[in-house]
Amino acid sequence: MTMFDKILIANRGEIACRVIKTARRLGIRTVAVYSEADAGARHVRLADEAVLIGPAAVRQSYLVGERIIAAAKQSGAQAIHPGYGFLSENADFAVSCATAGIVFIGPPVHAIRAMGLKSAAKALMEKARVPLTPGYHGDNQNAQFLRGQADAIGYPVLIKASAGGGGKGMRLVEKSEDFIAALASCQREATSSFGDANVLVEKYVLRPRHIEIQVFGDAHGNCVYLFERDCSVQRRHQKVLEEAPAPGMSPERRAAMGRAAVEAAKAVGYVGAGTVEFIASQDGSFYFMEMNTRLQVEHPVTEMITGLDLVEWQLRVAAGEPLPLAQEQLEIRGHALEARIYAEDPGKGFLPSTGRLVHLAPPEESLHVRVDTGVEEGDEITPHYDPMIAKLIVWDDSRPRALARMQKALADYRVVGVANNIEFLSRLVACPAFAQADLDTGLIEREHDYLFPEHVTAPDEAWQLVALAELLFEAHRAGEAAAGDGDPHSPWHRRDGWRINGAASRSLAFRLGETLQNVEVAYAGESFALTFAGHRIDARGQLGRGGLLRAELGGRRLNASVIAAGERRHVFLNGRVWPFAAVDPLYQIGEGGGAEGQLVAPMPGKVVALIALPGARVEKGSALLVLEAMKMEHTITAPAAGMLRAFHYAVGDQVADGAELVDFAPDQ
Amino acid sequence: MSVIKSSLNPRADDFKANAAALRSLVDELRDKTERVSRGGCEEARQKHLARGKLLVRDRVNGLLDPGTPFLELSSLAAIGMHDNDVPAGGVVTGIGRVSGVECVIVANDATVKGGTYYPVTVKKHLRAQEIAQQNRLPCIYLVDSGGAFLPMQDDVFPDRDHFGRIFFNQAHLSAQGIPQVAVVMGSCTAGGAYVPAMSDETIIVRNQGTIFLGGPPLVKAATGEVVSAEDLGGGDVHTRISGVADHLAENDHHALSIARRIVGNLNWRKPSSLDLATPEEPAYDPEEIYGIIPADTRKPYDVREVIARLVDGSRFDEFKARYGATLVTGFARLHGYPIGIVANNGILFSESALKGAHFVELCAQRGIPLVFLQNITGFMVGRKYESGGIARDGAKMVTAVACAQVPKFTVLIGGSFGAGNYGMCGRAYSPRLLWMWPNARISVMGGEQAASVLATVRRDSLEAAGKVWSKEDEEYFKAPIRQQYEDQGNPYYATARLWDDGVIDPAQTRRVLGLGISAALNAPILPTKFGVFRM
Repeated sequence: MTMFDKILIANRGEIACRVIKTARRLGIRTVAVYSEADAGARHVRLADEAVLIGPAAVRQSYLVGERIIAAAKQSGAQAIHPGYGFLSENADFAVSCATAGIVFIGPPVHAIRAMGLKSAAKALMEKARVPLTPGYHGDNQNAQFLRGQADAIGYPVLIKASAGGGGKGMRLVEKSEDFIAALASCQREATSSFGDANVLVEKYVLRPRHIEIQVFGDAHGNCVYLFERDCSVQRRHQKVLEEAPAPGMSPERRAAMGRAAVEAAKAVGYVGAGTVEFIASQDGSFYFMEMNTRLQVEHPVTEMITGLDLVEWQLRVAAGEPLPLAQEQLEIRGHALEARIYAEDPGKGFLPSTGRLVHLAPPEESLHVRVDTGVEEGDEITPHYDPMIAKLIVWDDSRPRALARMQKALADYRVVGVANNIEFLSRLVACPAFAQADLDTGLIEREHDYLFPEHVTAPDEAWQLVALAELLFEAHRAGEAAAGDGDPHSPWHRRDGWRINGAASRSLAFRLGETLQNVEVAYAGESFALTFAGHRIDARGQLGRGGLLRAELGGRRLNASVIAAGERRHVFLNGRVWPFAAVDPLYQIGEGGGAEGQLVAPMPGKVVALIALPGARVEKGSALLVLEAMKMEHTITAPAAGMLRAFHYAVGDQVADGAELVDFAPDQ
Repeated sequence: MSVIKSSLNPRADDFKANAAALRSLVDELRDKTERVSRGGCEEARQKHLARGKLLVRDRVNGLLDPGTPFLELSSLAAIGMHDNDVPAGGVVTGIGRVSGVECVIVANDATVKGGTYYPVTVKKHLRAQEIAQQNRLPCIYLVDSGGAFLPMQDDVFPDRDHFGRIFFNQAHLSAQGIPQVAVVMGSCTAGGAYVPAMSDETIIVRNQGTIFLGGPPLVKAATGEVVSAEDLGGGDVHTRISGVADHLAENDHHALSIARRIVGNLNWRKPSSLDLATPEEPAYDPEEIYGIIPADTRKPYDVREVIARLVDGSRFDEFKARYGATLVTGFARLHGYPIGIVANNGILFSESALKGAHFVELCAQRGIPLVFLQNITGFMVGRKYESGGIARDGAKMVTAVACAQVPKFTVLIGGSFGAGNYGMCGRAYSPRLLWMWPNARISVMGGEQAASVLATVRRDSLEAAGKVWSKEDEEYFKAPIRQQYEDQGNPYYATARLWDDGVIDPAQTRRVLGLGISAALNAPILPTKFGVFRM
């Protein structure tokens, strides 16, 4: 079999873009699929062709196998890359592909099925002598029996839904008395989430680490491991930071884990990219957790330390080629880190945030910095899909250097328009526990106070910068306006606060959270004297592209970015961001002076309708009654929110000019 | 264009001495300006603020496009008059940009005698309207005034250029298509009620602005009716019932934002008719002007040194450089605008007057704005010159200057004496704007000359009567005359009485002129028809 000419990517976002990139490099044409909400998405723009597969909801688009297969047939794609999520681990879809004569770029159906059910998978692993967490994975679901098993394993134990995943359907039980209640709760969630109440019970490893092994098999019986990834830094079982290699990993243990992972893969006749996840204790022992039969989100860290393109390997293997390299040809170079950048608000329990990416400036890509993303400036983060903005991957020859790269890259990453976790990630990377590789899956909770500071206050220089930027923005906008003016060089265009025999001064107001503060500005030719919190400094600066601000505050030079979006002024400085709001005193009052409701007849006429109910509360502007006069209908509306006590006239009554029509009591 | 080569040595002692002397005059000017800008007394200011009102200069700042220049007019009006009790004449006027349009702003300062109109207040208001008319600039009146200052009603009310002229002007400005916008931010009583009522569009601030012909006390006296100011002529009444005002604002800020919106909707366009170039800073630092002007006014200096510090790239193409050398004429650019410069470089002779007339004709013909740099002791006198017809040649220059329709700007950079003032476009010749440097002097002749002339006349009459006049007596006679001329020739005496549009820091001259020329471009430059030149 030869390499494909054309493949379809049954996914969206960054992974679809990622697959397209490799396919393009290999000279393979790509077909994207998209929902109505994604019509203008980056993956659609990048692909050679794109096929609409349904409305925004994933159940009507990205999860509908038939439509995707139809799209593949229609476009003549020979294979489908499922990415991760969606249909990537759906055995039925893989079957349908085969039936349609299309190659599913993933493992064989039986391997997906075997690893899909957690309990069955563990039984299989036990046979293949892959180390398992002490636990019970059998069919007996009797509550007292399970409790007995838990007692035998020793607390703490974890109850998990057999069909679970993604952190759902799990309960930690610290002591025997709590077991029955936790079991019931877990079963309920398992039923509702997976339609399967079966659970398994496992030893709970204290301060566990999540270490996974990337494996790759081919159709010729070869299987290798591409070393490990440490994904211990998690938030509610969602990976936040991933790295490779795992800190503190000895070559012996790496080899042991690698062998175990290859055994696990071989046990199910695995072909393609897969990941065997282990739970590792602080003492170095490790236990099989599960195998993910797809390309992982965090695969780039493996690519960065091995110098390989895993998507290329997937394509080659799917095309029937043998693995490009044997185990002894693989080696680790340097250290890589990945941070997942999400549109979510860490200050509000990581609530997903949606909206337009008004400004999106990722750090510059290089040998050391890689950005995998499915969005560009101006794109929308919608509620329909995962709110991931990008994966930021860095590489260097050691972990400390990679950490420094990550710090810098996060500091240079600017997102405006949606709440995001960049600042949280910066703190996370900087927190001593992570920096010293004191890792376990509870790190984020343990470091809570460091990661979630109580009050967000900005240093004085942030206030000074936002004021300086405002003044420079004004001048910049004036310059642009001047260019289109009939008198383009007029000194009236200047924004230097010029006054006869003096200089202007003014007050700029900004809000940060609940704090409203003024920065006093005295114009001084090319610079400004800014007074904030009792300190007066000279400030000057230049605006660059993308909101870059080269500032000089009190003789100190610093580079910052200030991005304006509506009234928001996002000040980026030293890897932190403060979302100020500019307050214009001129527009603090709502637009008044509009037509207010009149409760007297504006002219002689006839009452033709009574609309509101006497005794009812009405909102400002709501219709009360209708008068007909001069062949026109005039609606009398409430001048304010209040109570309509009574009408003074009935339908058909003739009213005089100025007659009181209703008894109305506005709210106080 | 040729670049002026300065022969000035900023390290020379006389330069330093000159600079120190002029700098101290500029410091005094800045100090006076700063003091006046505070408006009324602290108590009045606090009372004003306690009412939720903005101080007049904050109102102006809020109205202007943020950070843009404000060319304030006669900020030192009434200085040294009325016990210095009427800072800025009780009204702030100037040219400023609102929503991208150059406007004339007239803003009463209610902290100064309740914003009432002194004679000088009226004069300042009328001057602002005159500037609006000549340059076609929309007018915005920020009204907060108790009307005429009653104790001086005879100098405020009855004459042609008194209070009533304000409304006459509003009618004519509006008739000429120059927008009239009023923002009622305080009282508009009696005649004052006509400012908003005569405007094209009017804003009033709720619970603060009032408009009525007779206030509550007058109403009570006349008819016995008891009514609150708000019910008699407040914002609600006038925007909902009477229609005297068009927009109701909740406070000063809101009112200013509505005013900005109104100007933004004017559909205002400048009919630019000049050949514009990209501006260039002068090759020499304008602050060096301080060192050029001799501390001793009798010492001559080359006015080209001043021009080199005003014009783009210090480039100056002289006209008739070899003829009538006591008047320097030539073309230059200032902030990119083409200008013709007429500058004194000594006393005026027949040749210099002819050259001036010729050059003014050229500029009028070509539609080039004129800048006069006035430093003139007068026309040459004596039998030779009179018989040579200097009066005839002077008349030619005066005719040319008087009739030229191009925008004219005058800066008194030194002396302004006698008929030289006329030929060099003094106040009576309606330059669009006229400014004075703090070292300037203005009078019909020098104090010493005046004292000598009067003493000679007196000595002649005494001697004719056979009396003797001792040298001591003559000196006693001359001293107060000298003193009077010294006092009245002072720039602050002049600016207090609005003989100019303000005293300016010489280093700011370039910007002041640039702003004035740009504002003047709002009016089309009309062709000139000259009167009869006496040949």
